[in-house]
Amino acid sequence: MSEKEKKNEIMEELERWEKTTLPKWMRQRPERRSEFRNHSDTLIKRVYTPEDVKDLDYMRDLGFPGEYPFTRGVHGTMYRGRLWTMRMFSGYGAAEQTNQRFKYLLKEGETGLSIAFDYPTITGYDSDHPFAKGEVGICGVAVASLKDMEVLLNGIPLDKVTTSMTINGPAAMLLAMYVAIGDKQGVSREKIGGTTQNDMLKEFFAQKLGIFPPKHSLKLVTDIIEYCARHLPKWNPISISGYHIREAGSNAVQELAFTLYDGIAYVESVLERGLRVDDFAPRLSFFFASHNNLFEEIAKFRAARRLWAKIMKERFHARNPRSMWMRMHVQTSGCTLTSQQPLNNVTRTTIEALAAVLGGTQSLHTNSFDEALCLPTEEAVRVALRTQQIIAHENGVADTIDPLAGSYYIEALTNEMERQAMEYIRKIDDMGGAIAAIEKGFFQKEIADSAYKYQRETDEKKRIIVGVNEYKTGAKAPIPILRIDPKVEKEQVSRLQKLRRERDNGKVEKVLEKLHYMAEKDENLMPIIIDAVKAYATLGEICGVLRKIYGEHKELIVI
Amino acid sequence: MQSKKKIRVLIAKPGLDSHDRGAKIVARSLRDAGMEVIYTGLRQTPEQIAETALQEDVDVVGLSILSGAHKTLFPRIMELMKGKGLTDVMVFAGGIIPEEDIPEMKKLGVREIFGPGTPTDTIVQFVFDNIPKRN
Amino acid sequence: MPLTKTEEITRGVLAGDRRSIARAITIIENNAPEAQKLIGSIYPHTGKAYIIGITGPGGSGKSTLIEKIIREYRQRGKTVGIIAVDPTSPFTGGAFLGDRIRMQDLSTDQGVFIRSMATRNYLGGIAKATNDAAKVLDASGKDIVIVETVGAGQSEVEIIKVAQTIVVLFAPGLGDEIQAIKAGIMEIGDIFVVNKADRANADKAVMDIQAMLQLNNKKRTWTPLVLKTTALTGEGVPQLMKKIEEHRLFLEKELERKRSREKAEAELVEAIKEKVASSMIEELKREGKLQELLEKILEKKMDPASIAEKLLSKKFRKQV
Repeated sequence: MSEKEKKNEIMEELERWEKTTLPKWMRQRPERRSEFRNHSDTLIKRVYTPEDVKDLDYMRDLGFPGEYPFTRGVHGTMYRGRLWTMRMFSGYGAAEQTNQRFKYLLKEGETGLSIAFDYPTITGYDSDHPFAKGEVGICGVAVASLKDMEVLLNGIPLDKVTTSMTINGPAAMLLAMYVAIGDKQGVSREKIGGTTQNDMLKEFFAQKLGIFPPKHSLKLVTDIIEYCARHLPKWNPISISGYHIREAGSNAVQELAFTLYDGIAYVESVLERGLRVDDFAPRLSFFFASHNNLFEEIAKFRAARRLWAKIMKERFHARNPRSMWMRMHVQTSGCTLTSQQPLNNVTRTTIEALAAVLGGTQSLHTNSFDEALCLPTEEAVRVALRTQQIIAHENGVADTIDPLAGSYYIEALTNEMERQAMEYIRKIDDMGGAIAAIEKGFFQKEIADSAYKYQRETDEKKRIIVGVNEYKTGAKAPIPILRIDPKVEKEQVSRLQKLRRERDNGKVEKVLEKLHYMAEKDENLMPIIIDAVKAYATLGEICGVLRKIYGEHKELIVI
Repeated sequence: MQSKKKIRVLIAKPGLDSHDRGAKIVARSLRDAGMEVIYTGLRQTPEQIAETALQEDVDVVGLSILSGAHKTLFPRIMELMKGKGLTDVMVFAGGIIPEEDIPEMKKLGVREIFGPGTPTDTIVQFVFDNIPKRN
Repeated sequence: MPLTKTEEITRGVLAGDRRSIARAITIIENNAPEAQKLIGSIYPHTGKAYIIGITGPGGSGKSTLIEKIIREYRQRGKTVGIIAVDPTSPFTGGAFLGDRIRMQDLSTDQGVFIRSMATRNYLGGIAKATNDAAKVLDASGKDIVIVETVGAGQSEVEIIKVAQTIVVLFAPGLGDEIQAIKAGIMEIGDIFVVNKADRANADKAVMDIQAMLQLNNKKRTWTPLVLKTTALTGEGVPQLMKKIEEHRLFLEKELERKRSREKAEAELVEAIKEKVASSMIEELKREGKLQELLEKILEKKMDPASIAEKLLSKKFRKQV
């Protein structure tokens, strides 16, 4: 029988099945819903067959791990050679406390650090700024100067540990501090490894923690990418993020498309500086959410890799295969976790983590079960870490590469997500690019509409959230809440004031003046910012200079 | 021509917290229920919130906060509103506010606190049921 | 004798008390029975503020520009009131009022008062409401009152007529917005501004507007002009302020009197229309005749104009 004949046979059999076997099952056990859709609103079939992947060409669409188009994984041996990095996002209170938490997690088996900064730090304000009142150390660790960073990384060898820093507006300043610590430790700049999130575009329509207007923000992002390409070869200057887009309410395809488009915009920005694509592209990294629809998420990760590889090859003409690698960090989705019956969140996080592993992530953070209530207690974060370790060692999912390849469902879904994402990409191209789309409120509207839809579906019980709109009985297991002692703010403020008294203020003044001068021209600001942090200029002081010159960004509100 | 009186609501995000997904959904739902919703965006100081409530002569203020800084910010906001004579405005809140903090917030004058997972219809109905009599 | 609520509020407005200003505007918005009395009481105290209308499509950077303009006026020691108008949804009756966001840093400046108003689908009444709200700000002592609208609908064109100087804003690359702008706006705009002038097609936008203005050459004593600004950096704003000031002086010289007369007449006509209409409708309702007439209209047996004529001639016993 020829291939064609074989396929026709399946179609015929499918029809027969639908006409003869299926109806009595439909009568005896009517389906739970009239239609099943995933988060991207794609209709999910009852059963997938070879027919759904009839155009799949193994070598063209999947290939082998470590080879174009990298659908099956960017590394040749994937988890058989090296497990994903277990990198738990942490930070709270003052540097001292977070340093303890880092050491605890490293001891318990995490394999990379990830720093969560408090709101004042993220928004470029010193801990004693009026806006910082009540917010110091509450959502992350307070870092106002190099002094705080020294305490934060005390005892952490920067040649052995890689660190991810979730910082955007002040990314240059925090990176400068990290480099300064490396210098102090005697670690060569060529050995320093880690990531700065540094993804300003998504700040303008998702995470909303931008400081300066788009044009200047993009300039700073490019400064960092350029500087790292030349001086910090092991540092990932940017983590192009979809996580926040998803948490802000987008669906999976939007998360995929908007993230990829941001990537396109950044590549274009760096190319405009005169670098060649292969000079910097290998160090671009990505960050996605892992939401609760297991197979949709797996398909999303695979589609992301394939799409990025194609974009780098065809749109940007990259030659180095490493430029086409999409290396990603994944965080399980915070917005899927509930404050009701918090222990249920362990189960949710486990499934979401599994999706990330089956999807081939390079690095993973698992949320703690008290996510919807407070920052993680030690016990909660340990359980979250153990979740990763159990997945890694106990159930064989890491023993073969891309295990779901060839599944009719997964491949069909991967293709569909790629197709839908490409549509968005074309649309944004037609709009004139990322910044034009942001100004038109395009991303914001898509996200707001998806968020509203999700909420309506939940309100109308079209979407069930266990413990929230169904299965609501459950004794409220009182779980301990992590509280930040108000003393933390007081002590941080006095530390800061002490620093300002004891440092060489003449030196600080000089370097800030130089920064002002250089910011008005079009120079790469990384070197001068490194000088500034080494002179113990504070974060707020450095950002203050730039605020004066660049102005502040005000968001376009679309509900 | 008679015009119908409208309920005016201020949805505010105090402090540096940037999570606005919930605030925007609530704003949209209240708008769809026929109310006039003033939303001032992120990073509002207590002073800005109280002054805006005054200038816009709102009936209701909804505070959204997920950063844990409510213990510092809410008392300040309520104090400022009182100082401006806005004691006849109904204030409610939502976000991540631990249950143990709720009695304290209610003592300050926050009428109700809605945690994550609250259906939006519940919030809309609550506003309708608790429109203050303004003096 | 103790003061009535309305009298208290009026006193407060004239004293510049912010709570009173806010309550007064609410009374006007709700078209409450006291609104008439309130306006009557403050009317003698109006006429001092200079009213600037600023309109333009979404994305043109209106609010950013207004924020810069306010700052300029504040630097010159002037107090400013702003009314930001946004459309009410015809389906839900609700409105999302988000124009304040770009001006929020100024919200705590005691020399600035910002109020958001929704069009509320008043039958033609939003212009009146905005006008009255502007009067409140005027009477409260504000030197400048800025009225901001999107300028997309016919009623929004009416709103902006409350202003003495009308500034129309564009931004290059917004698509066909220049063509889509209501023709009415082109005819009454005094100063046209192309914002985001750092963009590539800014100069083309300027030329397009100038071309449209040539076509629209209705007889006007003031020649509308086109400026460029980059609101984000403040570039061009001082020139804009200068032109606004020039226009103000121009008006002061000759047209001020004429327009005020026209405005007064228009206001009188509106007031009469409103009063006659509402009292006639009341009467019909009282006599139980309204529904019948509405049915006649729906069944196309009679048209509204003929009905109005019939009712009025009956009332006034002469040809209307």
